[in-house]
Amino acid sequence: MSEVIVVTSGKGGVGKTTTTANVGTGLAAMGKKVILIDTDIGLRNLDVVMGLENRIVYNLVDVVEGNCRIKQAIIRDKRYPTLFLLPSAQTRDKSAVNPAQMVKMISHLRDQFDYILLDCPAGIEQGFQNAIAGADRALVVTTPEVSAIRDADRIIGLLEANEIRRIDLVINRIRADMIRRGDMMSSEDVVDILSLPLIGLVPDDENVVIATNQGEPLVGTGTLAGKAYQNICHRVLGKEVPFLDFEKGLSFWARVSGIFHKG
Amino acid sequence: MFKNLLRRKSSREIAKDRLKILLISDRVNCSPEMMEMIKNDIAKVISKYMKIDTKSMEIQITKTGNKGRNLKNPTLYANIPILDLMNHDIP
Repeated sequence: MSEVIVVTSGKGGVGKTTTTANVGTGLAAMGKKVILIDTDIGLRNLDVVMGLENRIVYNLVDVVEGNCRIKQAIIRDKRYPTLFLLPSAQTRDKSAVNPAQMVKMISHLRDQFDYILLDCPAGIEQGFQNAIAGADRALVVTTPEVSAIRDADRIIGLLEANEIRRIDLVINRIRADMIRRGDMMSSEDVVDILSLPLIGLVPDDENVVIATNQGEPLVGTGTLAGKAYQNICHRVLGKEVPFLDFEKGLSFWARVSGIFHKG
Repeated sequence: MFKNLLRRKSSREIAKDRLKILLISDRVNCSPEMMEMIKNDIAKVISKYMKIDTKSMEIQITKTGNKGRNLKNPTLYANIPILDLMNHDIP
């Protein structure tokens, strides 16, 4: 039984690619056979976040156009033997692939993988239509900001119209200190507005930037964001895991980094 | 804490309020301009029969149930203060 999950947000820069990389890596670390597909044709990013940019030979468009077999385009991850990446094309545009071709390609992959994760481009145009065409469920990523939430709401409407049967919410870049001051919407506020089941709360953690610099997903590391992504993976698999308390976590990490800076 | 009490509204509350209004018009695909037109037309019709306070009247689209995000039963809610009921002879 394979499950096809699209990671989408509407607005750009809220953390779709980081979420795809970390949830995919986390699921593979739990023993699942996972493929990550970058559907952002023309602006590929997932390969860089995964640190696999030097291994690309063929890409998604080559597969769809029949320039290579799908096996030739799939890259095996350097850390986990059950994790794979199908990179996007950098020199083409979104019209190079259509939704019917995506559905066909994904149906070929279904019997080979437990989880197929689709990293969706920003926007609601053809790239989005391609990404959601073959999906069973969706992770909608947003941040506690007015613009990101507005776009997420629009996306959720489109996912519902396309009969995606399960849609879960990931709230990214949460800052407990700002919520405490009354300067950021809390996760409860966001859930109240979007009325979606919550599957993940990810803190605004500088380790995400560091991990991306290094091309190493941080899921499973001791960092707060790493733990948050790990918990999302458990919830994707259907386990009930309590949400992290960033207040606690933050003051703890603030203390640790405080000591660090003094030293 | 004290700061919060002195300030009229936190930016969090402002964000929430703005979003709630924004998303209702986004979801029903009804622009603020269209709402204004509907409001003016309603005012015109009601004014035929009674004197109303067009300045303080307000209309908005709300969901009937609080659960779920589907606007399957959207309701147009109008709050129209009546100034004088006895103004006209209804035919």
